[in-house]
Amino acid sequence: MATIITHITDLGAALLSKLAQIGKALLMLLQAIIVKPKASSLPRLMQQLYVVGVQSLIIMLVSALFIGMVLGLQGYTLLAAYGSEQAVGQMVALTLVRELSPVVAALLFAGRAGSALTAEIGLMKATEQLASLEMFGVDPLHRIVAPRFWAGMISLPLLVAIFSLVGIYGGHLVAVDWLGVYSGSYWGNMQQAVDFNEDVLNGMIKALVFAFLISWIALYQGYTCIPTSQGISAATTRTVVYSSLAILGFDFILTALMFGGAV
Amino acid sequence: MSKRWLELSVGLMIVAGLAALVALALQVSGGNLSRNAENYTITALFQNAAGLGSKARVTMAGVTIGEVSAVGIDPNTLMAKVHMKINSQVDYLSIDSSASILTAGLLGEKYVGLTVGAEDDVLVDGDVIEDTQSALVLEELISQFLLNLGTNK
Repeated sequence: MATIITHITDLGAALLSKLAQIGKALLMLLQAIIVKPKASSLPRLMQQLYVVGVQSLIIMLVSALFIGMVLGLQGYTLLAAYGSEQAVGQMVALTLVRELSPVVAALLFAGRAGSALTAEIGLMKATEQLASLEMFGVDPLHRIVAPRFWAGMISLPLLVAIFSLVGIYGGHLVAVDWLGVYSGSYWGNMQQAVDFNEDVLNGMIKALVFAFLISWIALYQGYTCIPTSQGISAATTRTVVYSSLAILGFDFILTALMFGGAV
Repeated sequence: MSKRWLELSVGLMIVAGLAALVALALQVSGGNLSRNAENYTITALFQNAAGLGSKARVTMAGVTIGEVSAVGIDPNTLMAKVHMKINSQVDYLSIDSSASILTAGLLGEKYVGLTVGAEDDVLVDGDVIEDTQSALVLEELISQFLLNLGTNK
């Protein structure tokens, strides 16, 4: 009996400490981003947009092209069995715009930019750069965390839009230029099936939510890591794992809310 | 890395992202941003509107001129009542026009085809098309065919 109570107590304690951690992370984020925007912080935002956004462009473009090509090929072989290979454009576009672009771009973003953010801030903490900023009277949350957060929020939706478009052209490359689907039916079926508000904008909302999750997790993990080499490496791993799980979990919830309600 | 190059590349990324969004709006979703284009609504009563849903195309001579806005039951006649939004530019549908529910291909989507009659008066907002031809239901067709086979013997 006593052991059961101990186990239940442990469970409660674990839950409470997790909740406390989430609360602490939220407080950190709020402190960082609730601040009057100053013109002097624009160059720092630029710098971060370059690191987080521009440097992720190549990996996004290449993966988008290949994902679009695979979708075109698989869609064609599947649909050709029913004699309706003209619908491949619609399939490629809807799959990309609704699901694959936001999710895959976010997963790549977590691996490419999120992990780098955690490692960078962790190293700043280990080398006591954050502490010395505080000694100068500069709030590291405003100076270090805020521009990185906003850079993520701005660049991921842009990257997702580029991802969708490049993927659709990748599908075009395979389905139309290689397998000989008529170009008019590729675009025509797509334009009939895809709705801007319902499909494209919902995809963008997903991108914003994922950008928030990734930036938040990456910055919090970096800011609170144990300032040793093992600590930084563990925090970087946690960033990628937690971000990926959060992306996939929230994707299901968002999909259920956006596309599952029309019963 | 110079500051100029950094700002240029960030600017290019933002322009590319916004351009991709515009391309998604125009090329991929067919520019149906202008949803609120002028149109008028007419209704048609069908014996059977199986497979027809809202957003299905309304065509005339194979050209899309509008879309189905709603499908419901008319409580007086107990027939299927199909509301159609027709592009305002198409203002020459005569009042004796007929509507039929057609299928794109053997298993394709259902759509409404309008055929214009000979009258001079034209349909205006709220008018009802009486002359209709119902959806083709494969099961009914097959059972009719089997029935005919049985009686012919």
